[in-house]
Formats: sequence, C-alpha cells, structure tokens
Amino acid sequence: MDLNSVTAIVRPRARSEFAPPGAGDAILGGGTWLFSEPQPGVRRLIDLTDLNWPPLQASASGLSIAATCTVERLYGFDPPPDWRAASLIAACCRSFLASFKIWSMATVGGNLCLALPAGPMISLCAALEGTCVIWRADGGERRMPAIDFARGPLDNALEPGEVLRAIELPVEALRRQAAFRRASLTPLGRSGVLVIGTRAPDGRFALTVTAATRRPVQLRFEPMPGARLLADRLATAIPDALYHDDIHGRPDWRRHMTRELAEEIRDELAEGAG
Amino acid sequence: MTFRVNGVSYEVAPRPGQCLRTLLRELGWFGVKKGCDAGDCGACTVHVDGRPVHSCLFPAFRAEGHCVTTIEGLAETVEGPGLHPMQQAFLEAQGFQCGFCTAGMVMTAAALDQAQKHDLPAALKGNLCRCTGYRAIADAIEGQCAVEPDAAGASVGRSLPAPAGPAIVTGAARYTMDVAPAGELAGLTHMKILRSPHAHARILRIDTAAALAVPGVVAVLTHEDAPARLFSTARHHHVTDDVDDTRVLDTLLRHVGQRVAAVIAETEAAAEAGCAALRVDYELLPAVFDAEAAMIPGAPLVHGDKGPESRIADPARNLVAELQGGVGDVEAGFAAADVVHEATYTSQRVQHAHLETHGAIGWRDGEGRLVIRTSSQTPFLTRDALATLYDLPRAAVRVFTERVGGGFGGKQEMLTEDIVALAVMKTGRPVKLEYTRAEQFAFSTSRHPMRVGVKLGATREGRLTALALTMLLDTGAYGNHGPGVMYHGAGECIALYRCPNKKVAARAVYTHSLPSGAFRGYGLSQTIFAVESAMDELARKLGLDPFALRRLNVIGPQDEMTSAGGGAHDVEIGSYGLDQCLDWVEKALDAPGREALPEDWLVGRGMAAAMIDTIPPRGHVAQTRLMLAEGGGFELLTGTAEFGNGTTTVHRQIAATVLGVPVDRLHVRQSDTDIVAHDTGAYGSTGTVVAGEATRRAAERLAAAIREAGAARLRVSPAECRIEADAVRAGADAVPLAALAPLEATGDAGGSPRSVAFNVQGFEVAVHRRYGEIRILRSFHAADAGTVINPMQCRGQVEGGVAQAIGAALYEELTLDGQGAVTNASFRSYHIPAFADVPHTQVFFARTQDRVGPLGAKSMSESPYNPVAPALANAIFDATGVRLRAPPFKADTLYALLPADDGRRFHAPSSGEPESPLENAANED
Repeated sequence: MDLNSVTAIVRPRARSEFAPPGAGDAILGGGTWLFSEPQPGVRRLIDLTDLNWPPLQASASGLSIAATCTVERLYGFDPPPDWRAASLIAACCRSFLASFKIWSMATVGGNLCLALPAGPMISLCAALEGTCVIWRADGGERRMPAIDFARGPLDNALEPGEVLRAIELPVEALRRQAAFRRASLTPLGRSGVLVIGTRAPDGRFALTVTAATRRPVQLRFEPMPGARLLADRLATAIPDALYHDDIHGRPDWRRHMTRELAEEIRDELAEGAG
Repeated sequence: MTFRVNGVSYEVAPRPGQCLRTLLRELGWFGVKKGCDAGDCGACTVHVDGRPVHSCLFPAFRAEGHCVTTIEGLAETVEGPGLHPMQQAFLEAQGFQCGFCTAGMVMTAAALDQAQKHDLPAALKGNLCRCTGYRAIADAIEGQCAVEPDAAGASVGRSLPAPAGPAIVTGAARYTMDVAPAGELAGLTHMKILRSPHAHARILRIDTAAALAVPGVVAVLTHEDAPARLFSTARHHHVTDDVDDTRVLDTLLRHVGQRVAAVIAETEAAAEAGCAALRVDYELLPAVFDAEAAMIPGAPLVHGDKGPESRIADPARNLVAELQGGVGDVEAGFAAADVVHEATYTSQRVQHAHLETHGAIGWRDGEGRLVIRTSSQTPFLTRDALATLYDLPRAAVRVFTERVGGGFGGKQEMLTEDIVALAVMKTGRPVKLEYTRAEQFAFSTSRHPMRVGVKLGATREGRLTALALTMLLDTGAYGNHGPGVMYHGAGECIALYRCPNKKVAARAVYTHSLPSGAFRGYGLSQTIFAVESAMDELARKLGLDPFALRRLNVIGPQDEMTSAGGGAHDVEIGSYGLDQCLDWVEKALDAPGREALPEDWLVGRGMAAAMIDTIPPRGHVAQTRLMLAEGGGFELLTGTAEFGNGTTTVHRQIAATVLGVPVDRLHVRQSDTDIVAHDTGAYGSTGTVVAGEATRRAAERLAAAIREAGAARLRVSPAECRIEADAVRAGADAVPLAALAPLEATGDAGGSPRSVAFNVQGFEVAVHRRYGEIRILRSFHAADAGTVINPMQCRGQVEGGVAQAIGAALYEELTLDGQGAVTNASFRSYHIPAFADVPHTQVFFARTQDRVGPLGAKSMSESPYNPVAPALANAIFDATGVRLRAPPFKADTLYALLPADDGRRFHAPSSGEPESPLENAANED
C-alpha cells in the first residue's frame, strides 16, 4: 500500500554514505512487510539495495547470508553435498505463509528483524546456530548469536541506529544431520509450531523451537536424550507464558505440539544415528 | 524515473512511499486490482521483467528502468494474435466468477513453471479467490475445457460461457473503482473516514481547524453536516423491514469504527493527513458486548434514545426484534417422546471477504443529478434510500454498478453511498470513497453471531414428536438486517421437518459491537448448523443412521411446511428433489474412498441437509426490457447486478431460448437505475428466479411481437410464424429480423409464488489423533436446483458456497478484543480458504423441474453454504466421538478433546463396508 507519510528515500551506495537510521526512518529491504501495513510514523526510507551486498557467500567456514539476500536466492542455493543440514533451507523457505511471488522480494534480514514468532528465517538461522553481524551506529560492527536476535514479536536486538548486515551459518552446523517438523492450523498456513533438530557426528543434539514460542528457544543435549528427559527439559526451558498466544494457535496446543514434534524429531535422529 | 508498462514508456515521478499498484492505476492500467493492499491476495499481481510480483508491495521507485507487464499487456508477450494461452485457458474453463481476482490469478498462473503447475496448492498460496472454490481455476491451469457450444433456441441446459469472460481475462472489465478522473469525474476528490476508537462514546467537540489547514483538504464532514433523519443501512424491498436507527454521522458512537467525521481532499494522502489532524473530545460511556448481558436490566442501552418511529422492538432492553411462535403443543410432544436431545450451538462472526471492498464514487452529471457509481447488490433500493435521506426526487438520483467484485450479502447495504452523496452535495466535486481491507474487516458488517438452542423429541422409531428452537442473535450496534435474519433463520431449518409440534423463541439484540448484517444464507447457516447437528446427535442416541433419520422426518412433496407459524402462504414445493439428494450423497459416501492413512488418523463420515425458499418473502420485483434493435440484434436491459453469480449468462440463455436465437445475439446491460423502472436487488438468491422470470416474460412478449410483425409482412397468421436465428419464417417465406426492428417488450416479476430448493452435503474426514488436525478426505454435495440453466455455472455456485462454508467451519472468525475492536482485520490473521484448503467437491444435481421458477429453475447461490458446517461437525464426531458445537473447528481446541486411547474408535478408512452408526452410538456418552 502507499505509505503516504513517507517524504524521502535515501539510497546509500557504501557504508560511508550510510547514516544510522533515526526517528521516522525505516530500513527498506524487500519492502514486503513495510508496504503491507500502515506506517504512520515513517518519514524516510533507507533503501539498502544499492549497498550491493553479495547475497550468499559459501566458504570453508560456512555460509554468509547478506541481510538483503532474498528468500528466492536462498531457496535456490546449491549447497556442497556434505552440508546435510542445508535441507533445512528449503524446508524453512516453504514455511513462509507467503508465496514464491513474495520470496523474490522479501529478504532474509527483513524476516529476522521483524522478529515474528513464525518467521522461518529466524527458525533456520537459530537452528543452525548462526551469528548475526550488525553494523553499529558508531561505524563499528558487532556480532551476536542469531538465537538471541529475535526477542519477541516485533522486538529485535538492534540498538537505535543499528542495522543487520548479515547472518553467518557455521560449517559445523551445516554438516549435521537435521530433522524438521512444522504444524499450522491450516494446510499451508502460518507456522504455529516449528521445531528443528540437529545432530552432530559426535552425538551432540540440539533442538530449536520457534513459532510456538514468543522467541526462539534452543535446547542442547549430549548425548541424545531419552523421551522423558527431552520432555522434562522442554517443560523447564519453556514456561507456559513463553508459548505464543494469537489467532494462529492457542498456547496449550503449541505446547502440546512442541512436545509431540520434538519427540518425533528425537526419534528420527536417534534412528538415523551412526 | 523512466519505466515501461506493456511496451509503453513512461517518464513519471512516483511519490516516495508509493507502491507500484497505485502508480499503474494512475497511469490507467485498471486491470491491476486492489484486493487487500497488503500482499496477501495477489489480485494486484504484475510481472516486472517477466517475474510475478505483488505490485501493492513493490516500491514504485524500484520500477525504474524495468519493464512491467499487466494483464492488459500479457497477450503481447507471446507470439501471434489473440490471447495469451493462460487467458484462453481461463476462458475455456471459465476459471472465474466475479472476476476480481482473475487478473492476478492469470498473471500468476502464466508465470508458473511445470513443477509449480504440479503443485498448485503451494504455487497459488499468494492468490485468494472468494467465489469459485478454486476447482475451475485448477481446471484452467490444467487445460480443461468446460464451455459448450450454443444452439439457437436451445441454450438452456448448456454450459455457456459468461459474456464478460473476454473482458475479465484481459483486464478490460470495469469494476467500481476502475474509472479515470476525467470527464464528469475531472477533479475527483478522495474521502477518508475518521472512525471511533471507542465502543460507546458521545462526541463532545470536533475541532476541524487543523484538518482544514492541511494542504489539499477540501472539506470535513461532521454530524453538523448530516441530516437528522434516521435510516437503516440494510436494503430491503420494504424499508420498514429494518429499524431506523442510523444517522449518516451521529453524535453518539455505538461501536469501534463508527464514523466520527469524514475528510475530503485532493489526494488520499491529504485526506489521511486531514483525519490525523482532527481533534475530537469524547465522553466515554459504558458498553456491553455480549447479547445475553445486553438483555439484563441495567445493561448499557445501545439505542435508548430511540422512539417507536424507529420500529425497534424494545430499546429499553436492547431488543431489536423478537419472535415467538410455533405449531401444535411442544410440551405434549416432548412428553410423548421416548428420546429427547437438547443442546446449544453457537455460530461465530464471519466476514464476507469479497475481493472488491466496499466503495462508491459520486458526482453531479450534466443535468445536475446526483450520480453514484457503486459496488452494490441493490442499486435501485440505494437510489430510493438516497432520495429519501436527502429529500430528493427519485429522478434526481442515478445509482449504477458496473461489474461488482463479489457480494455474498455484504453489499445488500448502503455503507458508502450515503456519505459519498453528502460529500458531493457539500463540495460540488466528484468524490471517491474506497474501503481499505482493514475497514472491510473491522468496520463494515458481518454474519450475525448466533446462539441457537435446539430441543428435539422423538419416538424410539425415530419420528419427531417435538422441536423447539431458541435463537439469540447479536446484531451489533445497528439493527440492519437483524429482524430479517432472525425471521429467515427461524424458517426453513425446521420447516424441512415434518413434526406436529414446533416452537420458536428468537431475539435479536443490540450490543456495542460492529453491526451484523446480511450474509449468504441469511440466518440459515447458523440455525441449520444447530438443527442438523442436533439431528445427528439424535440419530446417535436412537441408534439410527443419520440418513435414515432424515428420511423418516423430512417433508415429502405433498407436506405442509411449518415453522414459527403455519406455512408462508406463497411458498410451495414446486419441485421435490430432496430424496434424490439424500440417496446420491449416501451412495457416494458408501463407495470406497481413496487411500488408507497411517494409524494416527481417525476417519469418519457425516452429512447434513438444508432447504431454502427460492425467493425472500413479501415481494421482490424485477423488470427486464428486451429490444429487437436496428441490425437484428437484441438489447436486454435488466436491473439485477452481476457480481459473479452468473446471472448475466443465465438471462441471455433464458431470453435466447424463448426467442429461438443464439445467445450471442443478445447484448445485456444491467444494474442501472436509468435503464429499467425497478429492481429489488440481487439478494435472496433471486438473480435467476425473479429477474430471470422477468426476462422470460419479456422474451415471451417480444417473441410474440416479432411473430406478429413478421406475420404482417409475410401476410400469414402469427401462428404460422417461427423465429429462426436471424429471421421470421413461415413456410418457405422469411423476413429478416433486422427488417422488423425496432420492437420492444417489458417483463415484470413480483417474486411470488415461491418454491423451495434442497441441498445435502456429505463429508469423509480424518482427524489426527495426536495433533487434532482435520483433513477432508472426500466431499459430496447434492443440490436440487430444478432445471439447471447453466450446469457449469451452477456447479461453480455450489463449489464456491461449499468452499466459503468450509472457511467458516474450519478457519474463519472475526475476533474482538473485549472492548469491541476487531483484532484480526487482515487476510493474514483472518484466514479465508486458499487453494490448499479446499477439497474437490463432487456435485450432483437432482433431476427436477420446478413449476414455479422460470423454465423450471430454482435458486442456487446462498444455499450450498448452509449444510457444510454441520456435515463437518457430524463427520468429526463420527471419526472421534467428540461433538463440536461451535465453529470454527480447529486443531488447537480439538486436540485436547480427543480420547487418549483411540483403539475403540479407529476403523480403516473406506474399506467399502458401511460402518454401523449403532456401534458408535453404543460407545457414546
């Protein structure tokens, strides 16, 4: 929709031209959320396009995803054969409520910054133990675990004047075995529960819960837990109030499904071990 | 910036926050539609450098240097003349009804690769259609052809294409907002409405100074500008059917979102800024949101200030309307019963969600008349209402619609035209008001939330001895349609059953919530959910098959139909196909199903029946003027509006069949108060049975006049003459029709007598034992529509009705925040069925011919909606033993109700062995 309060657009081409965003500024990535709701407080758009960040950089250390990388570009990524967990990329992209027409515009960084529980790029980056690279307002850079970036619906960890630059997924995580489960109240609808399990060759097991909870929750185990331990740890790690409550699922159902799907994942990864 | 659209180069300066959609429309590419303006519905899909995007999300400035293709330019992207293959495919499969989503649907489908075409549920996630149920869209993409050839004089019964098809698939069809601000619309202004943030408040003061100072603001309308006259936004044949409780702008605000003031400005942006600059002081008043609580003495009164002239049943008790009635003696009937079942069933607030939101454009024409171009099912009644409201002669007001983008009852209201008219009169300028999708959801109207108590008594053999119905309707802050929905809801749901003792007690009650209004089914979807669920529960208690219980108790072709009173005098069973419908659905459900599912899935079957009067009561008029024009073609002028219901096609088929000519000789113009004397409107499923009857009569008269004129020329008697395609023939002699022009005849229909139509729905469902997830495995719908004038279109009406009802049964609910504000005013939070959500429904038509309707036809537009929710609830019970009495049925509530141990209920899906309901019943309770 038209954002009628916007009076200016700035299009920096390099960090030297990038002034930290202030009051009335909105960072424009793909625009697919920004233009989907009234934004009465926004006066100026800071378009990241001309910064020309390389969307995807695969290296021996892993995959660096620019915040401006589109979902479509990520979906089309062809991973090295030993990046077994890269199957999560397609699974998470398909978890968008939005269709492929939105994927060509929507950005990975935008999905993280929106910090909605159902944001599937959050699920992906958290499950693969990614690191967020953040441009600080003072011209510097800082890093933080992706699992901590989304703090709650529409609440991210960026300080005023900061912008998300990239997410780095470590090769160690990409090489793990992975299992994916999702539940929605409609057949291809918004995620109500999204649970990802990864298992390292040395037996370490990580379970990442998103969509069900207001922010991502990760549990780590060594070795693979039994069903009882997994359920107990879930109960301890996720108090009832942390389960998200909105039209896309009642919190008690999200809790129930988290347990069910977590156990299915444990089962799958335990079976496939070795 | 420079960019190209459909091969045309433009040098433009988009506004910084502008999206591509509005830029394209400003350039005149009206094929690009606004369905949601939020990226959810896909109606605005265009190609940028060949790739499909939602233009409502695409920042306009990013189009610089790119090539944009809209539906209008799609054909040019392929070699050769004619349409793009996907446009042609949508024509051949008739993959549209109202057509508002079609441009986006075609643009998306044209961009799919083979893999995507094999996975349409995912590929079409970003395209919503509210009319079709998607089957016809799938057919189009898969290359199926549904249309049949015409035959002169025999077009009834054929699947002929809609005449608007070519315009729809090319983006040339004009909907309400698809008009350039030129000619009489030069200087078009834009209206935005400031809406109440409070559920109940008095306006103490409105300071308009800052708003008027905003550059571009032309005027501000407040209650001081509005007439004191009270009216109802509901439109009915008789204005006294509704309560007069509404002002154009009121000092008292009775729901969140009620109009406070309106700002008219040169641009939408200035109008928005003007609204933001209005300063309003409110006195907050206590509010009530629950219909039960609203009736308790001392509850805040919604219309306590109204007198008897408003026709409100009891303003001091928030009672809009009340109905007590029945036949026989229910107490005696219950005393005589061996088995009694009693339960309460609740139906929620749902939105119509037609893809074209409410909107109107008003101006003064050259003669100084007030002209309203609107999105309405009732242009004539709206014309009358505007004339009354503003003390204008009828002749001084013209109301018309072009193509309307869906209605479902939501446009049987005057929600925009009244304030647009006021703005035109105040400013002298053309004025446009277009609802946003959020306004559509939160501030228009909805289905009436209803709590329905059903008490059934039966002998142990299963014969009903007594039937009592209590209804409590939450009509919201205004009583539009409250009485009508209450009366209609109390009717056919129980008139379907032969039972000597019936009692109805119904109340429609005001609350400080958004107004409820007319919605497909008009009360029956809620009461049929209750009665048909209760009948299923009774069948289980009796150990009877649900089909058998229906057959024991439904009316037969000779029975009297009774409900709150005796039978309405002008309703008769003009044809009876209910037995065929029951038989067919039962047989279909008994046939083996598709696949075996993993053991976590519980499988069950359910059915429900429904009946509907073919026409609303107490008069519904239509007029058709039919002319043999110069050149030998025919002009058909009718008042009824086309919003995807397919009546334009039907009118041509009726007239062509009677006249003995091919349908392409007939050109239809419609829904304009300038072209015929009157038309009550396209509601109550009347487009075929009332307006179609007017057309049939006009055609009979014109045919007689043509034969007479031909006889005079040929010097024979009219009885010897017959019309054959383009001439009148008598023996070997002939005179061309063109030589007889002009001739004109008029047909009128009054909507009485009326008949009844029947629908039966059957489902096989699976419920996941651990997840609570519900899957529809098979869906069957049998309809008794009398003569099916256009099988393809009628099937589309059924499929669309089933799909919309699946939405209400499984997904949809407008939720309020406890203080009267809607919390889910978008398609992302209010989920209407997408492609992935709608199963294939097999449709069966009973072989009947009605003695009342035109050429034997009955109505079939609202009614397929009505039996769907109870059939699903009944199937879910059959699968799980859990009785759901309040839709929407969702996994997040169902999972907790499922038995922990499924063993006793599990049965293999569709083994071919009909399961015994007796076994289930034995396990129950």
